[in-house]
Amino acid sequence: MPQLSLTVNGKSHAVEVEGRTLLVELLREKLGLTGTHIGCDTSQCGACVVHVDGRSIKSCTMLALQAEGASVTTIEGLAKPDGTLHPMQEMFREHHALQCGFCTPGMVMSAIDLVQMHPDGLTEHEIREGLEGNLCRCTGYHNIVKAIAAAWPLMHGKQVPAAAE
Amino acid sequence: MYEFTYHKPTSIADAVKLLGADADAKALAGGQTFIPVLKQRLNKPSAVIDLAGLGLSGIRAEGNRVVIGAMTTHHAIATSPDIAKAIPGLTTMAGWIGDTQVRHRGTMGGSLANNDPTACYPAAVLALNATIRTDKRSIAADDYFQGMFTTALEPGELITEIEFPLPVEKSAYAKFRNPASRYAMVGVFVAKSSAGVRVAITGAAQNGVFRHKEMEEALGKSWSPDAVAKIKTSPEALNSDIHGSAEYRAHLITVMAKRAVAAAG
Ligand SMILES: Cc1cc2nc3c(=O)[nH]c(=O)nc-3n(C[C@H](O)[C@H](O)[C@H](O)COP(=O)(O)OP(=O)(O)OC[C@H]3O[C@@H](n4cnc5c(N)ncnc54)[C@H](O)[C@@H]3O)c2cc1C
Ligand code: FES
Ligand code: FES
Repeated sequence: MPQLSLTVNGKSHAVEVEGRTLLVELLREKLGLTGTHIGCDTSQCGACVVHVDGRSIKSCTMLALQAEGASVTTIEGLAKPDGTLHPMQEMFREHHALQCGFCTPGMVMSAIDLVQMHPDGLTEHEIREGLEGNLCRCTGYHNIVKAIAAAWPLMHGKQVPAAAE
Repeated sequence: MYEFTYHKPTSIADAVKLLGADADAKALAGGQTFIPVLKQRLNKPSAVIDLAGLGLSGIRAEGNRVVIGAMTTHHAIATSPDIAKAIPGLTTMAGWIGDTQVRHRGTMGGSLANNDPTACYPAAVLALNATIRTDKRSIAADDYFQGMFTTALEPGELITEIEFPLPVEKSAYAKFRNPASRYAMVGVFVAKSSAGVRVAITGAAQNGVFRHKEMEEALGKSWSPDAVAKIKTSPEALNSDIHGSAEYRAHLITVMAKRAVAAAG
């Protein structure tokens, strides 16, 4: 079987995988990181979103071998070792942005990338558009949008520019 | 998914050799179409040849053209200031594909090789009179698209780059999205350049992308939404499915064409 080396949440791994092993299967089944979910088989729901080299991608639509040499971050890699939550996780909690929680890991990973890609401000409209690749079947989205808006100033260390609101 | 051997060659010559040596070997670009297909076991390749190591990603100016590598992602195209300046319609089009995560992986070459009848790039490439460069030859867009999921590519032939002639005086894309899949129910790309006015329609026809000659003529005489407002398209060869009838799609073509012309200014 082919060898694969990659870094996941700061830790390097050298593992054997099949050609057909998906990145999400590697994470969940080989590395035991079951926070990343699988919600569909059509690449539409976003429950499987992780960061590969800093970019949000759907780990159900990438072969593990395509991540050779890459640095992967999953939901498990966000909180500090002492348990302090990432500001996005904290805001999801604060704003009650989840009900069953199934979509939440993917939502949080997409939301962090979205905030990082908008250093100059982020409107509600941009948040809603930016979540196109993530489906939630229970919260109704409003609180997710609120949580992301609230995380923006925390992540960028400044207030949202007036024009962007 | 069926098992296959994964290869990641580092030169175009090696990739072509691997594809040529085995009739069941298949190229992999961003995987945003191919991997879902593999997951459903609709395809059983013996080998998968990852094109990510060939250096085919990037956007550059070459004389009076802009040349985009086949492996350039939708995201890179949607956020390129050079493309936004030279061909704003292409920026909009790439930014409306799927979602952020799909755009981070999906590539222009993959979309063109696939030629899904509801994909967006075919409309842009046809309307902008682009040329598809492969490891063997150059193919004009007018000769490249040959019907649903069918192109002029030979088995094992690789798209390497796509070249767009400049200057483009006006360009815009209007898309009526299928709300579930986000592909085009109807997408209309309009462009005006030294090659004249070209209008390409995707999503609507059973045979995939096509040029709307009647709209091209009308816009050639007068570039305004009114010029296309009364042009009707026959529903005969258009798609009918649970999302919309052929008659509805015919109607959408006129509506989207008007919006595209208005957006192009
Ligand atoms: C949820 C979702 C929404 C989407 N929405 C849209 C949309 O709105 N509009 C749209 O246009 N598309 C949409 N897509 C499709 C997306 O744009 C794909 O990225 C694209 O169709 C295929 O590109 P890829 O790089 O992912 O190719 P792959 O999936 O890797 O490959 C597709 C096919 O092309 C072949 N191929 C790839 N590269 C080359 C090459 N250089 N030379 C020769 N053959 C090659 C492969 O062998 C394969 O058969 C969507 C996809 C998803 C999952
Ligand atoms: S599991 Fe649904 S998009 Fe990946
Ligand atoms: S919280 Fe249940 S699916 Fe989103």
